[in-house]
Amino acid sequence: MGDSPDQMNYRHLRHAQPRFSGLESGHRACQGCGEALGARLVTEAAGPDVVYANATGCLEVFTTAWPDSSWRVPWIHSLFENAPAVAAGMEAALKARGKATRVISMGGDGSTFDIGFQALSGMLERGHNVLHVCFDNEAYMNTGVQRSSSTPHAAATTTSPSGKERMGKRHLKKDIVSIVAAHHIPYAATSSVAYPSDIRKKVRRALAIDGPTFLHIHTPCPLGWGHDGALSIEVARLAVQTGLFPIIELERGRLAGSMPIRTVRPVTDYLQLQTRFRHLFADDDRAREELEHLQALADHNIEIYNLRGTQADSRDSEGADTVRRGGMRWA
Amino acid sequence: MQPTDHCIPRGAAGNMIEIRIHGRGGQGNVVAAYLLATAAFEEGRHVQAFPNFGAERRGAPVTAFVRIADRPIRRRCQVLEPAFLIVQDDTLLHLPDITAGLQAGGAVLVNSTRDGAELAAQLDCAVVALPASALAQEILGRPVPNTALLSAFLALTGLLPQAALLKALGQRFHGKVLEHNRQLVEQAAAQVSAGAWQEGPHAVRA
Amino acid sequence: MQYALEGSQALARTVALCRPQVIAAYPITPQTHIVENLSKLVADGVLDCELVSVESEFSAASVVLGAVAAGARAYTASSSQGILLMCEVLFNIAGLRLPMVMTCANRAVSGPLSIWNDQQDSMAVRDAGWIQLYCTSNQDAVDTTIQAYHISEQTELPVMVCVDGFTLTHTLEVLDIPDQQQVDRYLPPFNFERRLDPASPISIGTLVAPDYFTEARGDHHRAMNNAQQAIVAAAAGWEDVCGRRQNPLICIHDMTDARIGILTLGSIAGTLADARDRYQNVPATRLMALRTFRPFPAEAIRQACAGLTDLVVLERALSPGSGGIVGTEIRAALSEMQNAPRVHNFSVGLGGRDVPLDIYPRIHEAVRAGSGIPFDIIDLEPDKLPAAV
Repeated sequence: MGDSPDQMNYRHLRHAQPRFSGLESGHRACQGCGEALGARLVTEAAGPDVVYANATGCLEVFTTAWPDSSWRVPWIHSLFENAPAVAAGMEAALKARGKATRVISMGGDGSTFDIGFQALSGMLERGHNVLHVCFDNEAYMNTGVQRSSSTPHAAATTTSPSGKERMGKRHLKKDIVSIVAAHHIPYAATSSVAYPSDIRKKVRRALAIDGPTFLHIHTPCPLGWGHDGALSIEVARLAVQTGLFPIIELERGRLAGSMPIRTVRPVTDYLQLQTRFRHLFADDDRAREELEHLQALADHNIEIYNLRGTQADSRDSEGADTVRRGGMRWA
Repeated sequence: MQPTDHCIPRGAAGNMIEIRIHGRGGQGNVVAAYLLATAAFEEGRHVQAFPNFGAERRGAPVTAFVRIADRPIRRRCQVLEPAFLIVQDDTLLHLPDITAGLQAGGAVLVNSTRDGAELAAQLDCAVVALPASALAQEILGRPVPNTALLSAFLALTGLLPQAALLKALGQRFHGKVLEHNRQLVEQAAAQVSAGAWQEGPHAVRA
Repeated sequence: MQYALEGSQALARTVALCRPQVIAAYPITPQTHIVENLSKLVADGVLDCELVSVESEFSAASVVLGAVAAGARAYTASSSQGILLMCEVLFNIAGLRLPMVMTCANRAVSGPLSIWNDQQDSMAVRDAGWIQLYCTSNQDAVDTTIQAYHISEQTELPVMVCVDGFTLTHTLEVLDIPDQQQVDRYLPPFNFERRLDPASPISIGTLVAPDYFTEARGDHHRAMNNAQQAIVAAAAGWEDVCGRRQNPLICIHDMTDARIGILTLGSIAGTLADARDRYQNVPATRLMALRTFRPFPAEAIRQACAGLTDLVVLERALSPGSGGIVGTEIRAALSEMQNAPRVHNFSVGLGGRDVPLDIYPRIHEAVRAGSGIPFDIIDLEPDKLPAAV
């Protein structure tokens, strides 16, 4: 690269490493799309010997406008609600054919939390050797920002707007990772596109396991959440640092690791960046009440997952927080 | 090889016997039909056996049908004009239509401890009563009437040799259970008058 | 080799002979015995395949979709509510041109609830893009299932083998089950060229904009039309192997100088054959059983009806507010004939009502009376109807 060894730092080293590109550029995602980033990181970490089943949603729409496709991996899109079942079928076929190729099922929150929930549960229960990745942008984004059971409490969507009678979505965000973990699968984890190394590590960890695994990745949607595309990573990081989106790992239903928050941020830092929460900043008692609710949810997460970390770690060379497992640094 | 058109086999129905078996859910009504059909198959006959499918629950009246012929059987409708009835449970004799469609000269074999002549008067047709459950209880240790009834039926009609029934039983039972069934077949056959129904309506109208 | 077998049992053994690599199993009356028998064959080590006991028919169809996409020969079966639940997936499978075979054990569709036989379920999905073959007997079902894999893998179109629920599935009869060598000779191992393979990655199921969708759908339609040839060839090929002749498109029972014809689908064809022999004092009648409903063999139907003055279409489904489904399509096909017969369209045996031998003289009576009603439910009992609204 022409740099002297003094100038070689971690950034250059990382870029110099060969990377497998499973999702090629040239697709039609919005600027700042968290899901596109998530999918690129997942396919990169998983490598070439994988087949993918992708549920209907933004990801398959913006990557495969026939006759073009951004996928450099074998990939099938069937329907909205059946990606885990299609994946189960692929896994069975590869097993029957004696192949070691892995299977990954991908879907958004709509397909994972709602319409494809049954198929996911069935796949987990039967113990298929499949990793399901949920790219969670917290609404049915592909169809124009309608609420899903993943939409956070008090967020505005087109089907849960705020108004005289309502303060956005009334119901809580479904705790999908706990439900999945309750199937007692070997590994279920959350992650965020604000922590790319964390995603890579978790994908590799999941694929090293024999049996059903689940990865729930928080992926901001600038259009649907109402923020500038350039702020996607910052928004995603704030979701974690407020405690609203805890980064955890569960093995056979039990907490095995979590990413501590070194400096806990108040939820308002996160919410005020997004117009979907704009109504919570009105001079209104109900708005104030909802802010308290959200803060309480965040505080609750910090407590139950023990997310309060210690002071800044100067040895953190990657510039990203790391999940701590059993007190030891997990790399 | 001469190709056979099995889509709708050619040729008239020929000699076909149709039998209706009445029982209660849980008494092996369908099994009885299948056993009889299998026995006939072992003797090289064409057969068809099926239940009158209902939402079966234990104790509810159920019906099964058997057809035995010397040619491929084409019709799939229920047996409306049986040549013979086999009744696995005599409490079913109270059902108003139990003998509906029974052909003239047809006969009924009933699992009952009651007197055959009495039942014949009640049903106004030829009836043979056989205490099949009691026999089975004695020999098998369970009051399952099928083997005894089928054995008696074959003895009465001369339709098939007992050996055919034993072959069919041999596909379902083994060891001691099969041996006991063998004894039951013998005993039941001995309790009825062989060939008494040989002149019955053995052919359905084609 | 001949056996006395229940229809479902025979089908399970037949499917096993086809060497499926993945089977998706979800129970529904009256198909349940098929998947139970298959499960037993797997448990006893007779059938070596991945048996996936899914949590709904929607997933059953999705699992076989994924399995075929990943290069495995696959099978599933369903009926009625299950067929309707998996409807979306059926369209998807066909549109993605994934070859597979499914048994539809024909059963009425709720509401009201019925577990008994009619053909509303398979008729409801006739536009999904699957090949649909209707079997008149259990032997037919055995032979058709084997041919179905051959047809499917050659045309890359999925095949639905329709078998009357209960009437065929739960009937024990004498059947010839081919041996493994015969089936292996006829069905080579599945080698799906478009399978998902990391060595040569492709994307299946992409978004297709208006500039290409018409061609995609047109190609599917063309493939379905061309499949008639494959269906005919598959029957001939199977006859060479087992000696049994199949009438691949439409079965015509005695091409006499009859002027009246009765066309039906499925197992009541056998009952009509016996009825014709019993009731001699009605006009000579040509009996026909339509085996291939999709693709719709219009030309073969016209040829089969040549010389008839009256054609009775006797079907096991109906479209409420319109009338017969098969009858309507047949009328359209015959309209292109010179001297087309008058069509009398009836539904019969809905929800499993027994179709007795005397349906035959009743049909003839209706034809003779020449009511002029384009469609009627011939075995409806008016005194059971509630008072008209």
